[in-house]
Amino acid sequence: MIIPHPLLGPRDAQEFVYLGDASLIDRPDGLAADAADRFHDYLYLRDNPAGLHRELWYHEQGDRSWLVVTRNTLTHEITQVELARDVARARGRGR
Amino acid sequence: MRYSGFRVIAEALTGHRGWTAVWRDPEPQPAYDYVIVGGGGHGLATAYYLAREFRQSRIAVLEKGWIGGGNVGRNTTIIRSNYLLDGNQPFYEFSLKLWEGLEQDFNYNAMVSQRGILNLFHSDAQRDAYTRRGNAMILHGADAQLLNRDQVRAMYPFLNFDNARFPIKGGLLQKRGGTVRHDAVAWGYARGADQRGVDIIQNCEVTGFRIEQGRVLGVDTTRGFIGAAKVGVAVAGSSGPVMAKAGMRLPIESHVLQAFVSEGLKPVIDGVMTFGAGHFYVSQSDKGGLVFGGDIDGYNSYAQRGNLAVVEDVAEGGMALMPMIGRARLLRTWGGIMDMSMDGSPIIDRTGIDGLYFNGGWCYGGFKATPASGWVFAHLLATDTPHPTATAYRFDRFRKGLMIDEKGQGAQPNLH
Repeated sequence: MIIPHPLLGPRDAQEFVYLGDASLIDRPDGLAADAADRFHDYLYLRDNPAGLHRELWYHEQGDRSWLVVTRNTLTHEITQVELARDVARARGRGR
Repeated sequence: MRYSGFRVIAEALTGHRGWTAVWRDPEPQPAYDYVIVGGGGHGLATAYYLAREFRQSRIAVLEKGWIGGGNVGRNTTIIRSNYLLDGNQPFYEFSLKLWEGLEQDFNYNAMVSQRGILNLFHSDAQRDAYTRRGNAMILHGADAQLLNRDQVRAMYPFLNFDNARFPIKGGLLQKRGGTVRHDAVAWGYARGADQRGVDIIQNCEVTGFRIEQGRVLGVDTTRGFIGAAKVGVAVAGSSGPVMAKAGMRLPIESHVLQAFVSEGLKPVIDGVMTFGAGHFYVSQSDKGGLVFGGDIDGYNSYAQRGNLAVVEDVAEGGMALMPMIGRARLLRTWGGIMDMSMDGSPIIDRTGIDGLYFNGGWCYGGFKATPASGWVFAHLLATDTPHPTATAYRFDRFRKGLMIDEKGQGAQPNLH
Protein backbone atom coordinates (compact mmCIF):
# COMPACT_ATOMS: atom_id res chain seq x y z
CA MET A 1 0.00 0.00 0.00
CA ILE A 2 1.21 3.51 -0.84
CA ILE A 3 -0.01 6.38 1.31
CA PRO A 4 0.03 9.80 -0.42
CA HIS A 5 1.40 11.95 2.38
CA PRO A 6 0.12 15.55 2.14
CA LEU A 7 3.61 16.98 2.77
CA LEU A 8 5.99 14.26 1.53
CA GLY A 9 4.16 12.71 -1.40
CA PRO A 10 3.69 8.97 -1.92
CA ARG A 11 5.20 6.87 0.90
CA ASP A 12 5.26 3.11 1.52
CA ALA A 13 2.73 2.10 4.20
CA GLN A 14 5.54 0.16 5.90
CA GLU A 15 6.97 3.47 7.11
CA PHE A 16 3.81 4.02 9.15
CA VAL A 17 2.34 2.61 12.33
CA TYR A 18 -1.40 1.98 12.30
CA LEU A 19 -3.49 3.06 15.28
CA GLY A 20 -7.12 2.66 14.22
CA ASP A 21 -10.39 4.51 13.74
CA ALA A 22 -10.00 8.30 13.52
CA SER A 23 -12.72 8.69 16.16
CA LEU A 24 -9.85 8.17 18.62
CA ILE A 25 -9.16 11.90 18.07
CA ASP A 26 -12.38 12.69 19.93
CA ARG A 27 -11.20 11.92 23.44
CA PRO A 28 -14.10 12.26 25.91
CA ASP A 29 -14.21 14.79 28.73
CA GLY A 30 -12.69 13.09 31.75
CA LEU A 31 -14.64 15.32 34.13
CA ALA A 32 -18.09 14.55 32.67
CA ALA A 33 -20.56 12.85 35.02
CA ASP A 34 -20.72 9.79 32.75
CA ALA A 35 -16.98 9.77 31.96
CA ALA A 36 -16.60 6.04 32.74
CA ASP A 37 -19.24 5.09 30.17
CA ARG A 38 -17.87 7.50 27.59
CA PHE A 39 -14.33 6.20 28.00
CA HIS A 40 -15.55 2.60 27.71
CA ASP A 41 -17.17 3.40 24.37
CA TYR A 42 -14.22 5.50 23.23
CA LEU A 43 -11.58 2.94 24.12
CA TYR A 44 -13.30 -0.35 23.25
CA LEU A 45 -16.15 0.06 20.76
CA ARG A 46 -15.64 0.51 17.02
CA ASP A 47 -17.87 1.09 13.99
CA ASN A 48 -15.61 -1.30 12.01
CA PRO A 49 -17.24 -0.52 8.64
CA ALA A 50 -16.92 -2.58 5.46
CA GLY A 51 -16.28 0.31 3.08
CA LEU A 52 -14.89 3.81 3.66
CA HIS A 53 -12.93 4.02 6.91
CA ARG A 54 -11.21 7.10 8.37
CA GLU A 55 -8.19 5.94 10.32
CA LEU A 56 -5.06 7.21 12.05
CA TRP A 57 -1.59 6.38 10.71
CA TYR A 58 1.65 7.61 12.31
CA HIS A 59 4.64 8.28 10.07
CA GLU A 60 7.19 6.81 12.46
CA GLN A 61 9.91 6.17 9.86
CA GLY A 62 9.36 9.60 8.33
CA ASP A 63 8.36 13.02 9.58
CA ARG A 64 6.49 11.66 12.64
CA SER A 65 3.26 13.29 11.60
CA TRP A 66 -0.13 11.76 12.40
CA LEU A 67 -2.36 11.35 9.36
CA VAL A 68 -6.07 10.74 8.92
CA VAL A 69 -6.31 8.35 5.97
CA THR A 70 -9.66 7.65 4.29
CA ARG A 71 -9.40 4.12 2.91
CA ASN A 72 -11.87 1.60 1.56
CA THR A 73 -11.59 -1.55 3.71
CA LEU A 74 -13.04 -3.66 0.89
CA THR A 75 -10.46 -2.66 -1.73
CA HIS A 76 -7.64 -0.94 0.27
CA GLU A 77 -8.03 2.09 -2.04
CA ILE A 78 -6.98 5.34 -0.35
CA THR A 79 -9.12 8.30 -1.37
CA GLN A 80 -8.08 11.08 1.02
CA VAL A 81 -5.17 11.85 3.34
CA GLU A 82 -5.15 14.74 5.79
CA LEU A 83 -2.86 15.85 8.59
CA ALA A 84 -4.48 14.72 11.83
CA ARG A 85 -3.60 18.09 13.31
CA ASP A 86 -5.83 19.84 10.77
CA VAL A 87 -8.65 17.37 11.39
CA ALA A 88 -8.41 17.80 15.16
CA ARG A 89 -8.41 21.59 14.89
CA ALA A 90 -11.42 21.50 12.57
CA ARG A 91 -13.22 19.48 15.25
CA GLY A 92 -12.51 22.15 17.83
CA ARG A 93 -9.45 20.69 19.50
CA GLY A 94 -6.78 23.19 20.61
CA ARG A 95 -3.93 21.23 19.02
CA MET B 1 -26.45 -42.90 5.35
CA ARG B 2 -23.86 -44.03 7.85
CA TYR B 3 -20.27 -44.01 6.60
CA SER B 4 -18.00 -46.95 7.35
CA GLY B 5 -15.20 -48.99 5.83
CA PHE B 6 -17.76 -51.62 4.90
CA ARG B 7 -19.81 -49.01 3.04
CA VAL B 8 -16.77 -47.89 1.03
CA ILE B 9 -16.08 -51.49 -0.04
CA ALA B 10 -19.74 -52.17 -0.82
CA GLU B 11 -19.96 -49.03 -2.95
CA ALA B 12 -16.69 -49.83 -4.70
CA LEU B 13 -18.14 -53.20 -5.75
CA THR B 14 -21.40 -51.67 -7.00
CA GLY B 15 -20.03 -48.77 -9.04
CA HIS B 16 -20.50 -46.06 -6.40
CA ARG B 17 -24.14 -45.66 -7.34
CA GLY B 18 -25.43 -45.71 -3.75
CA TRP B 19 -23.97 -42.48 -2.40
CA THR B 20 -26.58 -39.85 -1.65
CA ALA B 21 -26.37 -36.08 -1.15
CA VAL B 22 -24.57 -35.30 2.11
CA TRP B 23 -27.16 -32.71 3.19
CA ARG B 24 -30.55 -31.51 1.96
CA ASP B 25 -31.15 -28.15 0.28
CA PRO B 26 -34.40 -27.11 2.00
CA GLU B 27 -36.56 -24.06 1.41
CA PRO B 28 -36.68 -21.77 4.46
CA GLN B 29 -39.69 -22.28 6.75
CA PRO B 30 -41.64 -19.18 7.94
CA ALA B 31 -40.35 -19.57 11.50
CA TYR B 32 -37.91 -21.54 13.63
CA ASP B 33 -37.15 -21.94 17.32
CA TYR B 34 -33.50 -21.16 16.64
CA VAL B 35 -31.90 -19.37 13.73
CA ILE B 36 -28.10 -19.47 13.51
CA VAL B 37 -26.66 -16.74 11.29
CA GLY B 38 -23.47 -17.95 9.61
CA GLY B 39 -22.83 -21.36 8.04
CA GLY B 40 -19.16 -21.58 8.91
CA GLY B 41 -17.53 -24.00 11.31
CA HIS B 42 -18.86 -22.31 14.44
CA GLY B 43 -22.42 -21.83 13.15
CA LEU B 44 -22.70 -25.41 11.89
CA ALA B 45 -21.18 -26.79 15.10
CA THR B 46 -23.67 -24.72 17.10
CA ALA B 47 -26.59 -26.14 15.12
CA TYR B 48 -25.18 -29.67 15.43
CA TYR B 49 -24.82 -29.54 19.21
CA LEU B 50 -28.16 -27.74 19.62
CA ALA B 51 -29.87 -30.54 17.72
CA ARG B 52 -27.90 -33.31 19.42
CA GLU B 53 -27.34 -32.21 23.01
CA PHE B 54 -30.28 -29.95 23.65
CA ARG B 55 -32.88 -31.81 21.61
CA GLN B 56 -34.43 -28.81 19.94
CA SER B 57 -36.61 -29.41 16.97
CA ARG B 58 -36.80 -26.45 14.59
CA ILE B 59 -33.33 -25.08 13.84
CA ALA B 60 -32.01 -23.28 10.76
CA VAL B 61 -28.54 -22.18 9.70
CA LEU B 62 -28.51 -19.19 7.33
CA GLU B 63 -25.45 -18.70 5.13
CA LYS B 64 -25.03 -15.83 2.66
CA GLY B 65 -22.76 -17.86 0.34
CA TRP B 66 -22.02 -21.55 0.58
CA ILE B 67 -21.24 -23.34 3.84
CA GLY B 68 -17.60 -23.52 4.80
CA GLY B 69 -16.65 -20.78 2.30
CA GLY B 70 -15.33 -18.36 4.92
CA ASN B 71 -12.63 -18.74 7.52
CA VAL B 72 -13.17 -22.46 8.14
CA GLY B 73 -11.92 -22.93 4.58
CA ARG B 74 -9.11 -20.39 4.91
CA ASN B 75 -7.17 -21.22 8.07
CA THR B 76 -3.96 -23.14 8.71
CA THR B 77 -5.85 -26.08 10.33
CA ILE B 78 -4.01 -26.13 13.66
CA ILE B 79 -5.59 -27.40 16.88
CA ARG B 80 -4.03 -26.93 20.32
CA SER B 81 -4.83 -25.93 23.89
CA ASN B 82 -1.65 -24.17 24.99
CA TYR B 83 -3.10 -21.06 26.61
CA LEU B 84 -2.02 -19.42 29.84
CA LEU B 85 -4.97 -17.62 31.39
CA ASP B 86 -7.80 -19.09 33.47
CA GLY B 87 -10.49 -17.61 31.24
CA ASN B 88 -9.08 -19.34 28.15
CA GLN B 89 -7.31 -22.60 28.97
CA PRO B 90 -10.29 -24.66 30.26
CA PHE B 91 -12.28 -23.66 27.17
CA TYR B 92 -9.56 -24.61 24.69
CA GLU B 93 -8.84 -27.85 26.54
CA PHE B 94 -12.55 -28.67 26.33
CA SER B 95 -12.29 -27.99 22.60
CA LEU B 96 -9.28 -30.27 22.18
CA LYS B 97 -11.12 -33.07 24.01
CA LEU B 98 -14.05 -32.64 21.64
CA TRP B 99 -11.67 -32.80 18.65
CA GLU B 100 -10.36 -36.12 19.98
CA GLY B 101 -13.77 -37.75 19.79
CA LEU B 102 -15.19 -35.75 16.91
CA GLU B 103 -14.95 -38.18 14.00
CA GLN B 104 -16.67 -41.01 15.87
CA ASP B 105 -19.20 -38.53 17.16
CA PHE B 106 -20.37 -37.17 13.81
CA ASN B 107 -19.35 -40.19 11.69
CA TYR B 108 -17.21 -38.23 9.26
CA ASN B 109 -13.51 -38.42 8.49
CA ALA B 110 -12.15 -35.01 9.52
CA MET B 111 -8.55 -36.32 9.48
CA VAL B 112 -7.89 -35.23 13.07
CA SER B 113 -4.15 -35.77 13.40
CA GLN B 114 -2.56 -35.24 16.82
CA ARG B 115 0.92 -34.77 15.46
CA GLY B 116 2.06 -32.40 18.23
CA ILE B 117 2.72 -28.68 18.33
CA LEU B 118 6.14 -27.34 19.31
CA ASN B 119 6.61 -23.69 20.39
CA LEU B 120 10.31 -22.86 20.17
CA PHE B 121 12.06 -20.54 22.60
CA HIS B 122 15.24 -18.58 22.05
CA SER B 123 16.25 -17.02 25.36
CA ASP B 124 16.29 -17.77 29.09
CA ALA B 125 13.43 -15.36 29.69
CA GLN B 126 11.36 -17.08 27.05
CA ARG B 127 12.14 -20.46 28.58
CA ASP B 128 10.80 -19.19 31.91
CA ALA B 129 7.65 -17.89 30.22
CA TYR B 130 7.07 -21.22 28.45
CA THR B 131 7.71 -23.16 31.65
CA ARG B 132 5.02 -21.08 33.30
CA ARG B 133 2.66 -21.62 30.40
CA GLY B 134 3.31 -25.37 30.42
CA ASN B 135 2.59 -25.52 34.16
CA ALA B 136 -0.64 -23.57 33.66
CA MET B 137 -1.67 -26.04 30.96
CA ILE B 138 -0.91 -29.05 33.18
CA LEU B 139 -2.84 -27.50 36.08
CA HIS B 140 -5.88 -27.31 33.78
CA GLY B 141 -5.56 -30.95 32.77
CA ALA B 142 -3.82 -30.48 29.42
CA ASP B 143 -0.48 -31.99 28.45
CA ALA B 144 2.76 -30.08 28.11
CA GLN B 145 6.43 -31.01 27.89
CA LEU B 146 9.43 -28.71 28.04
CA LEU B 147 12.11 -29.86 25.60
CA ASN B 148 15.74 -28.86 25.72
CA ARG B 149 17.85 -28.07 22.69
CA ASP B 150 18.99 -31.65 22.12
CA GLN B 151 15.45 -32.99 22.29
CA VAL B 152 14.34 -30.42 19.71
CA ARG B 153 17.33 -31.29 17.54
CA ALA B 154 16.32 -34.96 17.63
CA MET B 155 12.88 -33.99 16.28
CA TYR B 156 13.89 -31.38 13.71
CA PRO B 157 17.63 -31.57 12.95
CA PHE B 158 17.33 -29.12 10.04
CA LEU B 159 16.41 -26.06 12.12
CA ASN B 160 18.84 -23.15 12.37
CA PHE B 161 19.91 -23.84 15.98
CA ASP B 162 22.87 -21.46 15.91
CA ASN B 163 21.17 -18.41 14.45
CA ALA B 164 23.37 -15.61 15.81
CA ARG B 165 20.44 -13.44 16.83
CA PHE B 166 17.85 -16.06 17.88
CA PRO B 167 19.52 -19.39 18.73
CA ILE B 168 17.03 -22.18 19.46
CA LYS B 169 17.28 -23.18 23.13
CA GLY B 170 14.37 -25.57 23.33
CA GLY B 171 10.63 -25.73 23.00
CA LEU B 172 7.29 -26.33 24.67
CA LEU B 173 5.63 -29.40 23.17
CA GLN B 174 1.96 -30.25 23.34
CA LYS B 175 1.72 -33.73 21.89
CA ARG B 176 -2.08 -33.72 21.73
CA GLY B 177 -2.09 -30.67 19.46
CA GLY B 178 -2.04 -31.14 15.72
CA THR B 179 -3.98 -30.49 12.54
CA VAL B 180 -7.43 -31.25 11.15
CA ARG B 181 -8.77 -31.29 7.60
CA HIS B 182 -10.57 -27.94 7.84
CA ASP B 183 -13.20 -28.30 5.10
CA ALA B 184 -14.20 -31.71 6.45
CA VAL B 185 -15.01 -30.07 9.77
CA ALA B 186 -17.63 -27.86 8.11
CA TRP B 187 -18.95 -30.73 6.01
CA GLY B 188 -19.06 -33.17 8.93
CA TYR B 189 -20.95 -30.76 11.16
CA ALA B 190 -23.29 -29.84 8.30
CA ARG B 191 -24.05 -33.48 7.61
CA GLY B 192 -24.53 -34.27 11.28
CA ALA B 193 -26.81 -31.29 11.81
CA ASP B 194 -28.80 -32.06 8.67
CA GLN B 195 -29.34 -35.65 9.79
CA ARG B 196 -30.79 -34.31 13.05
CA GLY B 197 -33.29 -32.11 11.22
CA VAL B 198 -31.45 -28.81 10.96
CA ASP B 199 -32.31 -26.80 7.83
CA ILE B 200 -29.09 -25.53 6.24
CA ILE B 201 -30.11 -22.66 3.98
CA GLN B 202 -27.39 -21.41 1.66
CA ASN B 203 -27.39 -18.27 -0.51
CA CYS B 204 -29.51 -16.61 2.15
CA GLU B 205 -27.99 -13.38 3.43
CA VAL B 206 -29.37 -11.72 6.55
CA THR B 207 -30.20 -8.12 5.62
CA GLY B 208 -31.66 -7.03 8.94
CA PHE B 209 -33.00 -8.03 12.33
CA ARG B 210 -36.63 -7.45 13.19
CA ILE B 211 -36.59 -6.11 16.73
CA GLU B 212 -39.61 -4.86 18.65
CA GLN B 213 -39.59 -3.57 22.22
CA GLY B 214 -36.11 -4.90 22.82
CA ARG B 215 -36.89 -8.40 21.62
CA VAL B 216 -35.83 -10.06 18.38
CA LEU B 217 -38.70 -11.52 16.32
CA GLY B 218 -36.71 -12.85 13.41
CA VAL B 219 -34.44 -11.89 10.56
CA ASP B 220 -35.02 -10.31 7.17
CA THR B 221 -33.08 -12.16 4.51
CA THR B 222 -32.58 -12.17 0.76
CA ARG B 223 -35.06 -15.08 0.77
CA GLY B 224 -37.71 -13.29 2.85
CA PHE B 225 -38.51 -12.86 6.52
CA ILE B 226 -37.74 -15.79 8.80
CA GLY B 227 -39.23 -15.71 12.27
CA ALA B 228 -37.20 -16.98 15.21
CA ALA B 229 -37.60 -17.19 18.96
CA LYS B 230 -33.83 -16.98 19.34
CA VAL B 231 -31.17 -15.81 16.92
CA GLY B 232 -27.50 -16.71 17.33
CA VAL B 233 -24.95 -14.82 15.26
CA ALA B 234 -21.67 -16.64 14.49
CA VAL B 235 -20.15 -14.74 11.57
CA ALA B 236 -16.63 -13.96 12.80
CA GLY B 237 -14.86 -11.74 10.29
CA SER B 238 -18.13 -9.97 9.42
CA SER B 239 -19.35 -9.44 12.98
CA GLY B 240 -19.16 -5.64 12.73
CA PRO B 241 -21.44 -5.16 9.68
CA VAL B 242 -23.89 -7.89 10.77
CA MET B 243 -24.32 -6.66 14.35
CA ALA B 244 -24.55 -3.06 13.08
CA LYS B 245 -27.86 -4.18 11.51
CA ALA B 246 -29.05 -4.76 15.08
CA GLY B 247 -27.75 -1.35 16.11
CA MET B 248 -24.75 -2.67 18.03
CA ARG B 249 -21.14 -1.50 18.08
CA LEU B 250 -18.64 -4.17 19.08
CA PRO B 251 -15.24 -4.22 20.77
CA ILE B 252 -13.90 -5.69 17.53
CA GLU B 253 -11.95 -4.60 14.43
CA SER B 254 -11.78 -6.71 11.26
CA HIS B 255 -8.26 -7.41 10.02
CA VAL B 256 -6.78 -9.52 7.23
CA LEU B 257 -4.52 -12.50 7.98
CA GLN B 258 -2.57 -14.14 5.17
CA ALA B 259 -1.62 -17.80 4.87
CA PHE B 260 0.68 -19.63 2.49
CA VAL B 261 1.24 -23.08 1.07
CA SER B 262 4.29 -24.35 -0.79
CA GLU B 263 4.50 -26.89 -3.56
CA GLY B 264 4.14 -30.52 -2.44
CA LEU B 265 7.31 -31.88 -0.85
CA LYS B 266 8.46 -35.20 0.59
CA PRO B 267 7.61 -35.57 4.31
CA VAL B 268 9.87 -33.27 6.29
CA ILE B 269 7.85 -31.77 9.17
CA ASP B 270 5.71 -34.30 11.01
CA GLY B 271 4.23 -31.85 13.53
CA VAL B 272 3.35 -28.20 13.90
CA MET B 273 6.13 -25.77 14.76
CA THR B 274 6.18 -22.13 15.79
CA PHE B 275 9.15 -19.74 15.72
CA GLY B 276 9.38 -17.90 19.02
CA ALA B 277 11.39 -14.89 17.89
CA GLY B 278 9.14 -13.72 15.10
CA HIS B 279 5.65 -14.71 14.20
CA PHE B 280 5.92 -17.77 11.99
CA TYR B 281 4.23 -21.15 12.22
CA VAL B 282 4.47 -24.10 9.87
CA SER B 283 3.14 -27.60 9.39
CA GLN B 284 3.04 -29.98 6.44
CA SER B 285 -0.23 -31.05 4.92
CA ASP B 286 -0.95 -34.66 4.03
CA LYS B 287 -0.51 -33.66 0.37
CA GLY B 288 3.03 -32.50 1.19
CA GLY B 289 2.64 -28.73 1.00
CA LEU B 290 4.20 -26.67 3.76
CA VAL B 291 1.34 -24.65 5.27
CA PHE B 292 2.54 -21.54 7.04
CA GLY B 293 1.66 -18.05 8.15
CA GLY B 294 2.58 -15.16 10.39
CA ASP B 295 1.16 -11.87 11.60
CA ILE B 296 -1.97 -10.08 10.49
CA ASP B 297 -1.41 -7.17 8.11
CA GLY B 298 -2.36 -4.76 10.89
CA TYR B 299 -4.99 -2.44 9.39
CA ASN B 300 -8.78 -2.77 9.15
CA SER B 301 -9.74 -4.81 6.10
CA TYR B 302 -12.53 -6.90 4.61
CA ALA B 303 -10.61 -7.57 1.39
CA GLN B 304 -9.60 -11.24 1.98
CA ARG B 305 -6.20 -10.39 0.52
CA GLY B 306 -3.19 -8.70 2.06
CA ASN B 307 -0.09 -6.77 1.11
CA LEU B 308 3.38 -7.91 0.03
CA ALA B 309 5.15 -6.47 3.08
CA VAL B 310 3.66 -9.25 5.22
CA VAL B 311 4.62 -11.86 2.63
CA GLU B 312 8.22 -10.69 3.01
CA ASP B 313 7.96 -10.67 6.81
CA VAL B 314 6.63 -14.24 6.90
CA ALA B 315 9.30 -15.40 4.44
CA GLU B 316 11.97 -13.85 6.67
CA GLY B 317 10.59 -15.72 9.67
CA GLY B 318 10.68 -18.96 7.72
CA MET B 319 14.23 -18.38 6.54
CA ALA B 320 15.43 -17.56 10.06
CA LEU B 321 13.89 -20.75 11.46
CA MET B 322 14.62 -23.27 8.70
CA PRO B 323 16.81 -21.90 5.91
CA MET B 324 16.00 -24.83 3.62
CA ILE B 325 12.48 -23.43 3.18
CA GLY B 326 14.11 -20.97 0.75
CA ARG B 327 14.33 -23.78 -1.80
CA ALA B 328 10.60 -24.45 -1.74
CA ARG B 329 8.41 -22.57 -4.18
CA LEU B 330 5.29 -20.86 -2.97
CA LEU B 331 2.18 -22.34 -4.51
CA ARG B 332 -0.64 -20.22 -3.13
CA THR B 333 -1.31 -17.37 -0.72
CA TRP B 334 -4.66 -16.18 0.47
CA GLY B 335 -6.23 -13.97 3.12
CA GLY B 336 -9.04 -14.33 5.61
CA ILE B 337 -10.84 -11.72 7.69
CA MET B 338 -10.36 -11.91 11.44
CA ASP B 339 -12.53 -10.47 14.18
CA MET B 340 -9.73 -8.87 16.22
CA SER B 341 -11.12 -8.15 19.67
CA MET B 342 -9.85 -5.59 22.13
CA ASP B 343 -8.13 -8.13 24.38
CA GLY B 344 -7.38 -10.92 21.91
CA SER B 345 -10.06 -13.24 23.31
CA PRO B 346 -13.50 -14.18 21.97
CA ILE B 347 -17.00 -13.15 23.02
CA ILE B 348 -19.84 -15.66 23.49
CA ASP B 349 -22.67 -13.85 25.20
CA ARG B 350 -26.20 -12.54 25.23
CA THR B 351 -26.69 -9.05 23.82
CA GLY B 352 -28.80 -6.17 25.10
CA ILE B 353 -31.59 -7.43 22.83
CA ASP B 354 -33.70 -10.31 24.14
CA GLY B 355 -33.33 -13.43 22.03
CA LEU B 356 -30.23 -12.20 20.19
CA TYR B 357 -26.95 -13.95 20.99
CA PHE B 358 -23.45 -13.27 19.75
CA ASN B 359 -20.42 -15.47 19.08
CA GLY B 360 -17.32 -13.79 17.63
CA GLY B 361 -14.09 -11.95 18.27
CA TRP B 362 -12.03 -15.08 17.58
CA CYS B 363 -8.97 -13.17 16.42
CA TYR B 364 -6.91 -15.70 14.49
CA GLY B 365 -7.65 -18.61 16.85
CA GLY B 366 -11.13 -19.57 15.80
CA PHE B 367 -10.50 -22.85 14.01
CA LYS B 368 -9.16 -24.79 16.99
CA ALA B 369 -12.12 -23.56 19.02
CA THR B 370 -14.78 -24.78 16.57
CA PRO B 371 -16.20 -27.74 18.55
CA ALA B 372 -16.21 -26.01 21.93
CA SER B 373 -17.48 -22.77 20.43
CA GLY B 374 -20.42 -24.63 18.93
CA TRP B 375 -21.06 -26.55 22.13
CA VAL B 376 -20.97 -23.58 24.51
CA PHE B 377 -22.95 -21.35 22.12
CA ALA B 378 -25.61 -24.07 21.85
CA HIS B 379 -25.59 -24.26 25.65
CA LEU B 380 -26.07 -20.50 25.91
CA LEU B 381 -28.85 -20.47 23.32
CA ALA B 382 -30.70 -23.38 24.91
CA THR B 383 -30.32 -22.54 28.60
CA ASP B 384 -29.62 -18.77 28.67
CA THR B 385 -26.69 -19.48 30.97
CA PRO B 386 -23.03 -19.59 29.93
CA HIS B 387 -21.28 -22.94 29.79
CA PRO B 388 -18.85 -23.38 32.74
CA THR B 389 -15.82 -23.17 30.43
CA ALA B 390 -16.99 -19.93 28.77
CA THR B 391 -18.12 -17.77 31.68
CA ALA B 392 -15.39 -15.20 31.04
CA TYR B 393 -16.30 -14.51 27.39
CA ARG B 394 -18.71 -11.69 28.19
CA PHE B 395 -19.32 -8.33 26.54
CA ASP B 396 -19.07 -6.47 29.83
CA ARG B 397 -15.58 -7.69 30.68
CA PHE B 398 -14.18 -4.50 29.12
CA ARG B 399 -16.42 -2.32 31.26
CA LYS B 400 -15.49 -4.26 34.39
CA GLY B 401 -11.77 -4.55 33.72
CA LEU B 402 -11.89 -8.35 33.43
CA MET B 403 -10.00 -8.59 30.15
CA ILE B 404 -8.47 -11.90 29.04
CA ASP B 405 -5.36 -10.49 27.44
CA GLU B 406 -2.91 -13.36 26.77
CA LYS B 407 -0.30 -11.02 25.29
CA GLY B 408 -0.86 -8.06 27.61
CA GLN B 409 -1.14 -5.64 24.70
CA GLY B 410 -4.15 -3.63 25.85
CA ALA B 411 -6.96 -2.32 23.67
CA GLN B 412 -4.98 -2.38 20.42
CA PRO B 413 -6.53 -5.12 18.23
CA ASN B 414 -3.78 -5.23 15.60
CA LEU B 415 -1.20 -6.19 18.25
CA HIS B 416 -3.02 -9.28 19.58
